[in-house]
Amino acid sequence: MTDIERLGYDVVVIGAGGSGLRAAIEARLAGKKTAVISKSLFGKAHTVMAEGGAAAAMGNVNPNDNWQVHFRDTMRGGKFMNNWRMAELHAREAPDRVWELEAWGALFDRTPDGKISQRNFGGHEYPRLAHVGDRTGLEMIRTLQQKVVALQQEDAREHGDPEAMIKVFAETTITRLVKDAGGRIAGAFGYIRENGRFVLFEAPAVILATGGIGKTFKITSNSWEYTGDGHALALLAGATLLNMEFVQFHPTHMVWPLSVAGLLVTESVRGDGGVLRNSEGKRFMFGYVPDVFRAQYAETEEEGDRWYTDPDHNRRPPELLPRDEVARSINAEVKAGRGSPHGGVFLDIASRRPAEEILRKLPSMYHQFKELADVDITKEPMEVGPAQHYVMGGVEVDPDTAAAIVPGLFAAGEVSGGMHGSNRLGGNSLSDLVVFGRRAGIGAAEYLDSLEGAGRRPAASDADLAVAVAEALAPLERSGGENPYAVHSEVQQTMSSLVGIIRREDEIKSALAELEKLRERAAQVSAAGGAAYNPGWHLALDLRNIVLIADCVAQAALERQESRGGHTRDDFPGMSPEWRNVNLICSLDGDRVSLRRQPMIPMRDDLLGLFDRAELSKYLTDDELPPAAPAAPADQAPPASEETS
Amino acid sequence: MGEKVTLRIWRGDAGQGALTDYQVEANEGEVILDVLHRLQATQAGDLAVRWNCKAGKCGSCSMEINGRPRLACMTRMSIFEPAETITLTPMRTFPVIRDLVTDVSFNYAKAREIPSFTPDPSVQLGEFRMQQVDVQRSQEFRKCIECFLCQDTCHVIRDHPENERAFAGPRFLMRIAELEMHPADTADRRSIAQDDFGLGYCNITKCCTEVCPENIKITDNALIPMKERVAGRKYDPLVWLGSKITRRTHADTPKAGGKRT
Repeated sequence: MTDIERLGYDVVVIGAGGSGLRAAIEARLAGKKTAVISKSLFGKAHTVMAEGGAAAAMGNVNPNDNWQVHFRDTMRGGKFMNNWRMAELHAREAPDRVWELEAWGALFDRTPDGKISQRNFGGHEYPRLAHVGDRTGLEMIRTLQQKVVALQQEDAREHGDPEAMIKVFAETTITRLVKDAGGRIAGAFGYIRENGRFVLFEAPAVILATGGIGKTFKITSNSWEYTGDGHALALLAGATLLNMEFVQFHPTHMVWPLSVAGLLVTESVRGDGGVLRNSEGKRFMFGYVPDVFRAQYAETEEEGDRWYTDPDHNRRPPELLPRDEVARSINAEVKAGRGSPHGGVFLDIASRRPAEEILRKLPSMYHQFKELADVDITKEPMEVGPAQHYVMGGVEVDPDTAAAIVPGLFAAGEVSGGMHGSNRLGGNSLSDLVVFGRRAGIGAAEYLDSLEGAGRRPAASDADLAVAVAEALAPLERSGGENPYAVHSEVQQTMSSLVGIIRREDEIKSALAELEKLRERAAQVSAAGGAAYNPGWHLALDLRNIVLIADCVAQAALERQESRGGHTRDDFPGMSPEWRNVNLICSLDGDRVSLRRQPMIPMRDDLLGLFDRAELSKYLTDDELPPAAPAAPADQAPPASEETS
Repeated sequence: MGEKVTLRIWRGDAGQGALTDYQVEANEGEVILDVLHRLQATQAGDLAVRWNCKAGKCGSCSMEINGRPRLACMTRMSIFEPAETITLTPMRTFPVIRDLVTDVSFNYAKAREIPSFTPDPSVQLGEFRMQQVDVQRSQEFRKCIECFLCQDTCHVIRDHPENERAFAGPRFLMRIAELEMHPADTADRRSIAQDDFGLGYCNITKCCTEVCPENIKITDNALIPMKERVAGRKYDPLVWLGSKITRRTHADTPKAGGKRT
């Protein structure tokens, strides 16, 4: 067999973004020997792209904020499809996780009294996002990277080797998880980009922290790493994916020049006063407030504008509706012929805030538009439109431990499913990463402690490894096959045009038929050149994951006959309480994706009690609704009063 | 639309290599990285290029474009003359892995030698209080995307690998400045900045500042103030006297992972 380097670890974390690094730090703090596998260089993961901030109900700017309000906002944003236990843990633990970053050296922007400042964002009732200008993700990843280094310095002092307990394997890609005869995780197999050599990480626990699936779509804000690796590795290892039809199209990205189409324009532009206008100069969002949100959003521009300075007596402007609503509205305006010259709409902060304030609060946005589009955002409006940004669906996990159904497998961050329901609120991702990254680290450590005897070191079979090696070498050894770049581009085209922001049965069916052919073609591509740092070969291997996940998204999108959050069906435009009760679960049956329905677990009574019955009735079936006059549980703070209704 | 441009790209590995010319289509509004991607997709599938975000935020696609250290994702095609041959070479200060990709592990090794953030352990979670005006100085340095273009251009190590042991380069001298100016940090890295990380090698030519894609004023705001702090410590007569009559109660923070020499 081809030479495989074998490395023994307790925990292998696949992914070195926010959740992966946080998980690795926790596993190392629990005394476990931990490997971090990074597809890129250390500190470059997609987390650096996050701009707006990390949502945590610290109450630094508005003392009325607390975890219950954050929980409610998260459930509303996700249209009640969220795993409520995850939403609860997230809302409760996010403040400590943000403060912890501060204790590790992060420098967030401050309030006048020296606390961490918090900014407004779509769907959040109070200013809640801890931020650093518009580069919060970079601050988070650098802080976690530097914390890993700090731990390595401790280990150097104690063990004489900085990498004794935690080591980062940069530019390394995992292509298969391996299991023992009993079906438990035994490790992860992959290649080192620099030289193409194969490596087997032998470990009883693997934490997936690979992020999302953006490269399944054509116009996406996601980086090249986002090829659904963790989603696919989980499926191939026998785990399940939850609600893959929910894909977030973030409303504001650059649309021009074409080469930067999909580059994110942070929601902070709107949080800080920017408004959306159509070609007629109209603030069109006032016409798109859906019934479920009508009580919470301003009806006039005057009221919306007053809210920025007096949020206690005015309702927020509809530009700050959850992302799915804003994305659909922009889509509708463009379709109606009221778009901007390059097929987007106008995002205007120039006429609303002084240039000096824009430069201070949105330095990256200023820089990005100036350098890439010759647009001065302090003087003229931006042209923006929706692009694929995030996937709410992901590996089905236990909320408390992040464990998937395969023993020894864990998942955290974007690759996991449930937390965000059908639509994620801005700012809830960075906090999700650290809350559930930490929990996955603890979950993996506890799993290791529970193993006994021979079970402590599950071993992969040579036969499975031989299959993994053959699969990885195939595109290099095959000659005359198709160009992987061409096949990839067709998958993206198919998904963007047929399973994109607005979906229809006939279109999804033709996408599935296309994907069937593309799956065959993806399996027959060739990569010219050798094994050392060969991007064509890397893409050829990623293609398997991209096509597999595209299939899951399309199948789930076909099955769910309603519109909710990041899943809009032209042929089923309404939201249905019956469908809210249904989780769609993807698994692999042989080499085919199969889909089944699984009922939602009913929400705990004390959490239900945080909502008005009238609001719940918009989402839940009559059977699920609490009795007509629910008593608020004594240990819970009463729900904060609604804004003037 | 669709003009052909000539890219002259260094191809090869650590052993050897040569410049190879390619004719590639380029469209309005594109950047170098777009054209490289088209080249990969149509003519050279195995061309090694390191990239990630394509948005100037991750600092992966550093290379030398017509000899100047730049990010490929932030270099617009419109800055070149229509008939100009554009030469792309790997960063010269670091060993080549393949084509335009270099081994930047030197930087990660230096990062690990700098004593980490050291807060007062008695401060509880959520109890830090810092003013915006005080965090702003270090925040500027934390904008760094670690593209290592400043390291690439710095003449102390460019073509002088013999200095790499004694000199951390602008990125990591700035990291020391960032920690020294962090309002909640309690360690003192002034002596090691000079003795272990080679602050004295910097003769403030500002080449690093010039190539920084984040427009960080590395020299003016980090390196020169750091030199002043080091000089202040070394030549302040009170500090000197104190160091002679007390028994090093405020010993310098040693370099991490090694003895001070």
